Amino acid sequence: MRVDGRNGNASLINVRGLDKKYYRGGEEIHVLQGLNLDVEQGEFIAFMGPSGSGKTTLLNLLGGLDVPSAGSITVAGDEITHMSRSKLTEWRARHVGFVFQMYNLIPVLTAFQNVELPLLLTKLSKAERRKHVEIALGVVGLSDRMHHYPRQLSGGQEQRVTIARAIVSDPTFLLCDEPTGDLDRKSADEIMELIGTLVKQYHKTVLMVTHDPVVAQRADYTLHLDKGALVESGAIAQAGGGGR
Amino acid sequence: MKYSGLIFANLFRKKLRLLLTIGSFAVALMLFGFLAVVKEAFSGGVSIAGADRLVVINRTSIIQPLPISYADKIMRIPGVKEITHDNWFGGVYQDERNFFPQFAIDVERQRQIYPEFAIPDEQWQAFKQDRQGAIAGAATAKRFGWKVGDRIPIKGTFLPGVWEFNLDGIYHGTRQADDETQFWFHWDMFEEKVPERYKGMVGWYTVRVENPDDSLKVAKAIDAEFSNSPYETHTDTEKAFAAGWVKQFGNIEFLILTIGGVVFFTLLLVTGNTMAIAVRERTNELAVLKAIGYSDRFVLLLVLTESLVIAAVGGGLGLILAKGFTLLGDPTHGLLPFFYLPGIAIVAGTMAALAIGIASGILPAVGAMRMRVVEALRRV
Repeated sequence: MRVDGRNGNASLINVRGLDKKYYRGGEEIHVLQGLNLDVEQGEFIAFMGPSGSGKTTLLNLLGGLDVPSAGSITVAGDEITHMSRSKLTEWRARHVGFVFQMYNLIPVLTAFQNVELPLLLTKLSKAERRKHVEIALGVVGLSDRMHHYPRQLSGGQEQRVTIARAIVSDPTFLLCDEPTGDLDRKSADEIMELIGTLVKQYHKTVLMVTHDPVVAQRADYTLHLDKGALVESGAIAQAGGGGR
Repeated sequence: MKYSGLIFANLFRKKLRLLLTIGSFAVALMLFGFLAVVKEAFSGGVSIAGADRLVVINRTSIIQPLPISYADKIMRIPGVKEITHDNWFGGVYQDERNFFPQFAIDVERQRQIYPEFAIPDEQWQAFKQDRQGAIAGAATAKRFGWKVGDRIPIKGTFLPGVWEFNLDGIYHGTRQADDETQFWFHWDMFEEKVPERYKGMVGWYTVRVENPDDSLKVAKAIDAEFSNSPYETHTDTEKAFAAGWVKQFGNIEFLILTIGGVVFFTLLLVTGNTMAIAVRERTNELAVLKAIGYSDRFVLLLVLTESLVIAAVGGGLGLILAKGFTLLGDPTHGLLPFFYLPGIAIVAGTMAALAIGIASGILPAVGAMRMRVVEALRRV
């Protein structure tokens, strides 16, 4: 992981000179300014910063949900910043797994059906989809809850279903926006344990936004958004500077 | 279809709302079905009227008679193939509410002019030989439980006395819209029993022409033949005659179209509002679908499909109820000559329901399609 933009284009994710401006009530708000970032396969990075610092905006840009005002984002060799809306949608389906703070499960679908949603977009047969969903729910420890509806699950369990939905199609990386923001400490610890397992055991790349320093400690690196730019801390501080 | 689970789960999200929306479609389409039945009852005769038949009436009004002597003169006009005549009887069977049309017919030529009415030959022969005989339409026979051989007393209205008839046969229409409510008896018997002032007179003539293309020319020739006579004629095609008859009741079609239009417009507002609310409630879920890779087009089609399923189920239910109602029988007890839901109305109703389904779903669907994921998720 580097934030100085000097890693060439060899990383899994390369962000160069990323700018994002908003116009609100005629006023220009410059959220991100010339941001650089390189992320390697299997890294777990936490973004922190005060409200309005642009953490979620950065996550949205990395996930192809929003387009930057300037700069580029390249993921596994695909430059996504110039993709059309429909191409970006297809790209998201293949490369990104989303975990939201409020879980965002479809309440009228069971855990199984929620996790199956990304797979409906693939050419997998029904039996293959079932196998994948069962594996994903097994990874998050909810094999015995697959036919429960979200309302029949606890907050922690709902977030586990969201994580299963995010990993079921084996995306290139996971984007987690405050994944423990709506959970008690015990449930938050369990979720972070699970995300840690995904990184260590399954070599998933995870980019996470959080307000919680305890949660951020679980990441390999913690990056602070300050005045639209990323400032490294965590691993850098511990290692005495320089990228991994 | 792998997305059916998603579609049906969304539909059943609010069961009461689903039930009420489907109910709105069902009630509207059932009403449409009823209106179509009434329209068909009034105008069905127009659509099935014989293309090669003309109706000759007294120029003053249909209630004024024409001399029987006109028959031979009309037959001599070039282009005329056959002719028959009828008289309206207007009697009462048991009770005035038991209305059905009764005609004194020209027994010799009835079947040639009206081949669409099917009667077993032996019944027709029995009728021909029985001066007091009568033939009833299947609907009327069924309505009063008549069987061949029954004695039918009918009380005259503008003609005095009770007229007794032997039911010698029952006819059936060969097409769905054929009128099966008529009651026929011998014109000779009618002629014999009417007061002197009605003798030698018929109510109207029905003429069959050699070539339907010559109908107007023949009609003009008939009217010209009797112009400046004491009984001038007015001749029209049977279709025009039937249409004119319907017009006596007012502009039924306009009335029905107006009522139907208001009903469908109200339905559009109700379902459009319902779909808009249903989509607004799910903004977040639709945004998540888009985030995980579902296309804008998919979201558009998802919302439209839900709207169409509601329209198809509700509309289908309404039309089935309307059809079922007509199969129970004519509640007017024969006041309407036809009582059925025509196939074309079922097709039109289905199309209208689907069109409203699309129209009510299109705006919310386009809104969902255009929705930006980031903004939608921020709203939550």
